[in-house]
Amino acid sequence: MSLNELYQEVILDHNKRPRNFGRIEGATHEAQGYNPLCGDRVAVFLHVDADRIADVAFEGSGCAISKASASLMTDRVKGCTVDEVRDLFTRFQRMVTAPPDEAVEDLGKLSVLAGVREFPVRVKCASLAWHTLKAALDKRPSASTE
Amino acid sequence: MSGEGPRAPGTVQSGGPAGTTTAERVLAPFDVQRVRRDFPILRRLVRGRPLTYLDNAATTQKPQAVLDALTGYYTGYNANIHRGVHLLSELATAAHDAAREKARAFLNAPSTREIVFTRNSTEGINLVAHAFGRLRLREGDEVVISAMEHHSNIVPWQLVCAERGARLRVAPIDDAGELILEELEALIGPRTRIVAVTHMSNALGTINPIEAIVELAHAGGVPVLVDGSQAAYHMPVDVQALGADFYVATGHKLYGPTGIGILYGRASLLEDMPPFLGGGDMIRSVTFEGSTWNDLPHKFEAGTPDIGGAIALGAALDYISGIGLAAIARHEADLLAYATDRVAALPGVRIVGTARRKASILSFVMEGAHPHDIGTIVDQEGVAIRTGHHCAQPVMERFGVPATARASFAMYNTREDVDALVAALQRVQAVLG
Repeated sequence: MSLNELYQEVILDHNKRPRNFGRIEGATHEAQGYNPLCGDRVAVFLHVDADRIADVAFEGSGCAISKASASLMTDRVKGCTVDEVRDLFTRFQRMVTAPPDEAVEDLGKLSVLAGVREFPVRVKCASLAWHTLKAALDKRPSASTE
Repeated sequence: MSGEGPRAPGTVQSGGPAGTTTAERVLAPFDVQRVRRDFPILRRLVRGRPLTYLDNAATTQKPQAVLDALTGYYTGYNANIHRGVHLLSELATAAHDAAREKARAFLNAPSTREIVFTRNSTEGINLVAHAFGRLRLREGDEVVISAMEHHSNIVPWQLVCAERGARLRVAPIDDAGELILEELEALIGPRTRIVAVTHMSNALGTINPIEAIVELAHAGGVPVLVDGSQAAYHMPVDVQALGADFYVATGHKLYGPTGIGILYGRASLLEDMPPFLGGGDMIRSVTFEGSTWNDLPHKFEAGTPDIGGAIALGAALDYISGIGLAAIARHEADLLAYATDRVAALPGVRIVGTARRKASILSFVMEGAHPHDIGTIVDQEGVAIRTGHHCAQPVMERFGVPATARASFAMYNTREDVDALVAALQRVQAVLG
């Protein structure tokens, strides 16, 4: 697989201009995520209103994959119910950890990250934001990819 | 150059009256292609490209002689050492003893009694921290390290200080990545029991003035442990000249296999220190009422050692000595200078670690490109560098970066390797825009 498929336009765009980047004052849920292997850090903030993600934002420093994944994630989960988000977490994990030659579910825009399967060391970069989001929903303060 | 007859290549004749000419050897050019032929792995492709291996600070590749020594042991005379009365055991014991003598000579230690084989540098430092800690560290005592240490020269001391109620003090480094000697001196006081410092930083490439540090410490009656993991394969090391009380090195960086390391320890200290690991071979006698310890260095070598590893390490030390560390150092210095110039010239690149005395290591950050992305993209070009915190999180913190990209040179690297690195970095900038 060529590098172009990992660092696609969409990913590069979300890395350069991350969506929903910043904090939420008065967030109802928040968590910190850290990937000790490479130093990626992300903080996810949520405003949950009547079981729906009314607002979501993230901050962090990390590689292009981790930042793009966080950005794509926040775009996708805004407006979803908490149950929908938990389900999406499981489906995203399945997609990025499936063997490279296996067909995977089409997750819309999130599918741009399917290519990360061919770079096993980078899978954790893609999933850090999701682990952190889950920790926030579970009311745990922090998440790690270990 | 009037007819004085043929000269050996690489020599010049100094002037002088007829009949009194002297031949002076000039430094022979380092034949890196000749060296590369000894390393079979350098011929392989990575992602369809030639391998450009620039991760030597993490581990080095192995010459055929080392690989042959390892298989030679297992095919020819594999047996457990020290007490067997059969031939294979005698041969294995002799080869293992010979390897220890090679390690002694390599570091110019006074005696093989002062050469302990370990698994790696980390184990060597743990051995000293725990055994010396048990001997000398009391509540309120202090251990001094530097701010540029690898985790392996931080964590063992943290563990032992916590156990003994002692305090860890850290000598700061400046923005160039150099140790501030006056600050180190100020930290050495009446409660200091040991100073532990790296000879050469794996994250920054800084070479520390060990003789000066030892002088400071010894003036206060304080012994010094030196982490030579990086230094030992980039420059000649003489533990007596340095004055170090303990010196650790690791085989897999010395062009040897993983799983074998060297700890040099001053005999007087090793004699007084209690054992680290207990078991077979480190005892003289065992009863259920009590046991007595074996002589040095065996007191600190419990259980069956990595016999093949030690023998292969011996072959590696022979290989290095055959080429000469001074020649290797000059070759690597040229590469580091060339690489520093070319990489620093790339837009948005900042070199991390700019000490006046450095070797082999080029750490850098690139604007708009996280080291992790740099590493993945250059890997696609067959270039192997390391990205991350390099087991030196405090160093990353000090320089305000989450991670760096690090290229590191060894005896088989070439200017072409540097050019490949730079081309790959230009690719990174093209991809990440």
